[in-house]
Parts: sequence; structure tokens; C-alpha cells
Amino acid sequence: MSAAHTAIGTSHLVEAESSKRDSAARSLPPQTLLEWLRMMVLIREFEVRTMQAYQDRKIGGFCHVYIGQEAVAVGCTAAVEHEDPIVTAYRDHGHALARGMDPKYCMAEMFGRIGGCAKGKGGSMHMFDRDNNLFGGHGIVGAQTPLGAGLAFGTKYIDEVINGGRSQRVTLCFLGDGALNQGALHEAMNLAGLLNLPVIFVVENNGYSMGTSIHRGTTMADEITSKAIGYGMMSAQIDGMDVMNVYDGMKEVVDEARATSRPAFVDIRTYRFKGHSMSDPRKYRTREEEEVYEDDGPIAKAREYLYDQKLLDEDGFKAMSKEVRGQVRESIKWADASPPPDVAEELYKDVYVERWGPYNGTSEPEMLGEPGGNGEG
Amino acid sequence: MTRVIEYRDALNEAMSEEMRRDQRVMLLGEEVAEYDGAYKVSRGMLEEFGAQRIIDTPISESGFSGMAIGATMVGLRPIVEFMSWSFSLVAADPILNNAPKMLYMSGGQFGCPIVFRGNDGAGGQLGSTHSWCVEGLYSNVPGMKMVIPAFPADAKGLMKTAIRDDDPVFFLESERLLSFKDEVPEEEYLIPFGQALVRRPGTDCTIVSFGRPVHFCLEAAEELAKEGISCEVIDGRTIRPLDIDTIVESVRKTNYLVVVDQSWSFGSPGSEIAAQVHQHCFDDLDNAVARVHSADVPTPYAVELEQAYLPNAHRICEAVRAVTYTA
Repeated sequence: MSAAHTAIGTSHLVEAESSKRDSAARSLPPQTLLEWLRMMVLIREFEVRTMQAYQDRKIGGFCHVYIGQEAVAVGCTAAVEHEDPIVTAYRDHGHALARGMDPKYCMAEMFGRIGGCAKGKGGSMHMFDRDNNLFGGHGIVGAQTPLGAGLAFGTKYIDEVINGGRSQRVTLCFLGDGALNQGALHEAMNLAGLLNLPVIFVVENNGYSMGTSIHRGTTMADEITSKAIGYGMMSAQIDGMDVMNVYDGMKEVVDEARATSRPAFVDIRTYRFKGHSMSDPRKYRTREEEEVYEDDGPIAKAREYLYDQKLLDEDGFKAMSKEVRGQVRESIKWADASPPPDVAEELYKDVYVERWGPYNGTSEPEMLGEPGGNGEG
Repeated sequence: MTRVIEYRDALNEAMSEEMRRDQRVMLLGEEVAEYDGAYKVSRGMLEEFGAQRIIDTPISESGFSGMAIGATMVGLRPIVEFMSWSFSLVAADPILNNAPKMLYMSGGQFGCPIVFRGNDGAGGQLGSTHSWCVEGLYSNVPGMKMVIPAFPADAKGLMKTAIRDDDPVFFLESERLLSFKDEVPEEEYLIPFGQALVRRPGTDCTIVSFGRPVHFCLEAAEELAKEGISCEVIDGRTIRPLDIDTIVESVRKTNYLVVVDQSWSFGSPGSEIAAQVHQHCFDDLDNAVARVHSADVPTPYAVELEQAYLPNAHRICEAVRAVTYTA
């Protein structure tokens, strides 16, 4: 098999479809665009420091960084309301930050500290944030897609059956192109189409499921939106390296899904600059291929646009970057200072809503000197 | 006041009463609506509650189980019917990896108040793939609760508790019990989890079981009484939480225990109870705990093989005689 077949090559990305004149993003207040750029810079810096912390063994287990895909989380999140649920897979730090999680809670979670968003019980792959309507962070490929359909089912049921109104909210369910071949996704898409669920399956198509290029694992690899046809839902293909284009493309789909209470499927073409996880030597693709995508990354693209529009200058960008570096540094300090979860307090907590009841009779709580049978949650 | 109704109608009443009091509760599964339920458990519920709350799903267990779990995260309290627990195996990831772990891995932010329910155990010549007893396989997972009622009154009271419970509940019914009729109170009641019931008091040997085999235990106790062996039959009713205290109390009195569990023996509720009783009652026991399980083979089709495979009164009698040295 030739190299051209084993890697995605240099033509994975798509051109932005919307013309400059029609762009909804370009008519937003300059402050909004600057915030998007800042968020992408924050995610990038956060992930660079995450990789360092992993190498320093402050982070354990599996860890997947988001570098290169920043425009997807930022553009998609901007296209929905804060009340709209978001659920994603294990490459989830970018979504957590874009959704508004303070980086210190995200970092502390990876450090396995009590200050983490899940008290150090979830880890890198399980970022949950109730206040920001982020419903995880799920580790099994494709497992989050029925959950995404369920979030949409739930919001629709609450709005229509309980409140007696019309469906208001739209769920964003992110997945990688690796999840395209999991049965769970196809069951979720069928249910979403059948039950008219307002959920958008957002494929962050970076061309690789771990080390297997999309062409080696997926039928119709160049036209994955064809999969939406079988489930009767609208679809779109979006250039994922341009945050304004992501926003424009997604806004249209989100508005339509909200208005019609119908699902959608979106193929966002992006590129993962780093390996699948921290232990990936990337032997399945060439350095030349990586350079093609990195040269035109989402941060550079947004920054150049803002320079052109005189909304930002080099000094302004430097100041922004410096401020972000400080924020990430602070998050690491904070995570370092946060203690690990107390074993006696936390090991058996959050298994059941009522803490000890279901353990009645088993030896574990006795091991910890706790009473079996009752106690507060 | 009580009246005599079928096990399936007890379940129906429990679900309907809870759906009347709480709009967040809804039922979904294969054939639950227009067909009235594959086993008629949800008979009439579509008419009363409408298609938005009684939802027919496609044959897609992984998809609709996961969907229902997602719905709990925004505040719903779904009841998911598996036509058979055998079919839940294709939904193993959502029901074992999502539902019981969500509260923990989210650091307490998202619980999962959901009821998974359906027929468990051998139906009657259904063969290897349709006769699953999931007690052993699923009760291994922390974060879930497991309920397995043997009588209509328990089916109703425990189902109402299950629907109001804030944790995921695996509710194991039996196709062979759905038409079983017994007294059920007319007034509203709930039965707490983790409370075993002494179905028949006795002094010579304790027999503990769950679900359908409880009836075989009562049959065996009747038979053994004629031989002068007085058995105390305990119906566990829930496997998680396990009411070990009631079992231990009984064993301290009788000094002998036979556990009857229709799942396979290796790593099962039966082996768990045996281990715990040996731990708590080491000095009280006059013999090792005996266990009666389904045979450690795939469920056979032929009538004679299936009968030999399942726990039954005859096998229970033999176990009691052997363990009490009266064989």
C-alpha cells in the first residue's frame, strides 16, 4: 500500500464556502472576534502546557490534546446559546474551555486534584460542567452520540410536554471521524431522525482515527455527509480551520435545527497537529503533510484577518498572548496547590446518591472504618 | 384491603401511578406503545399518557438506552423496557459504562435516575441466547441497584421505589411470573430497597433466593416439612443493596444455608452471599454454605435438558438434605 493510501495527504481541508460579504461572523462586534482569537490562543497555550505537565508526570492515564482543532470548539460554541447542551468525546479540554470552564478546574482535573471539575474522579477524558451545560467528556468512541440524542430528547420533552410550549434548545454532540463506524452513532442518528430530535452531530474530521486514516476505515470517506441522507437529516461540510467560517456554517445549521426541531450532521474538516494521544509517534503520516496544515493554522488565520481589518496589531496580539500565558500559568499553580481527593472522604462518595446504603453488608466501608447501612450522601 | 391481580398488572399500576404523579417519568422501548407491550405489561398506557410519554422505539437497544441516559442528564426519569434482558447485552456500554458511572466520573454533578426493566431468566425453551439471567453479570458493577421481585405485591411496591430512586435501577422481571396472580394492596405503598422478607419461617435450615426461584424454594420447603426438616425461606427482593443482615440473623438461628440463584455460579450473587455469610457466620455454620445455580453450561433447548439445567424444587431439596446431613 502506498503512502498516499495510508495517510490523508494534503487535500483534506475544504475551502470556506461563504463569501466575505455574506459572513455573519464578520458583522459581529470586533470584541467578539477578538474574544474568539483569545480563546483559541488560550486553548493552544493550555494544551502546550498540558503536554509539558504530562511529560513531567503531573498528568496520568490517557491524554489527548486539541492543538490544531481550536477553531471548531470556539466557532461551534459561539453559534449556540449557553443553555444549549454540549457533549463530546475524550479530546475534550478545548470544549470545556470554550464552554466557559475556568482553566484551573480543567487542569486540576487532569492533575487528579479535588479542585478539578469532577474532583479528580474523571480525568482528562471526562470534563463535566453542569453550570456551563457541558455533559462530558466521554471515553468510549461513539458512546456520547446516543447521549447527545438523549440530551435533545430531554430538552424537547421538557419544553413541549412539561412546559407545554415549543422545543427551544439545540444539542451539540461532537464526535471524531473515528466514531463514524461505531454502531452507536448510527443508532443515535436513526433515533434522532425518527423522533425529530434537535441534535447536531458535529464530526470533527481530522482525518485520522488514532493512526488509521479516514480512507482506510470509512466508506465514502470524502463525502461523509452522505451518511446523513440515510437518516433523513440535513447536513453541511465546513472548513474547520477558519473560526469565522465555522461560526457561519454552524449558525445556519443551528438556527435551522432550532426552528424545525430536527437533527443535523456536520462534517467539519480540521487537522490534529499532534498525535492521537501523548504516546503517539505519528508513523502513519509524513512530516511534510503535517507542515502543510500547521502553516495555515486556525490561530494564524484569525489573527491575520484581525490585522487586515485593523482590529488588532502585533503589540495587541503579544499582549493578548502574554495575558493568556499568565492565566495558564496560574491555572497550573492553582492545580498544583489543590490537594488530592481525601481517600476516606471521596473514594466511596458519588457512587450512589445516598452514600452508604447500597453498600450495606459489603466489607469495603468497614475497611475504611465507616458504618454500613446509613449515612448522608 | 387487597385484591388479586397479575404480576404484569402490578407493574402496570406502578408505572401508571408514578407517571400520573411525575411528568418527568416516561416509558420507552420496543413495542411498548401501539402493541401494548410485547408481554402486555404496558397495556393501555398509550391511551392514557399519549405518544410523547409512551414511546415505541426501533430495535436499537444501544441507541435507545443511551438516549434515555442522556435524557436523565437534563432532568427526566425514564423507564426503559427491554423486551428481554437478553437483548440488553448489545446495550452493555450505555447501561454499564454510562449509567452507573455518571455520578462518579462527573464528581457528583450528574446522577442517572433511570429504570431498566424487562424479562430475565429462562422463559421456556428459548434456547441459549434468549434465556439470560443477568444477575451475575450485571450486579458486579458498582453504581447500579438491582431489584428482582418474586410476587406481584413486591413487583408493584419495588417498581414505585425504583422510579423514585435517584440511582440507576436494573429491574429484573420474569416472563414465567407475568401471569402469576396474588394479593396486592389497594392503597398506595412503596417497598424500600435492601429489605429481604422471610417468606416462610423455619428452624433447621435457611434457604435464600431471588425472583422466580423463590417459588421453587417455597415448594421445596413444603416438601421438606413432610420429612421433618423445617426451612426458613428468605426472599432477598433486591440484590443491590443486599440485605445480608436478615440472612445472617437467620443463619445464626438455623446454622445451615442453601443459596438458590438462577444465574451461573461463577462470580454470582450466590457466590457473593456465600462469601459474606462465611465471613459473618463462620462460627455459626455447621456446614459450608451450599449453592443451587443454573448448570454451568449455555441454556439448552430440549425440555429435559432445560429442566435439568434450571434450579428446581427437587434440586433444592437435595441440597438442603445434603447440607443438613439428612440425605
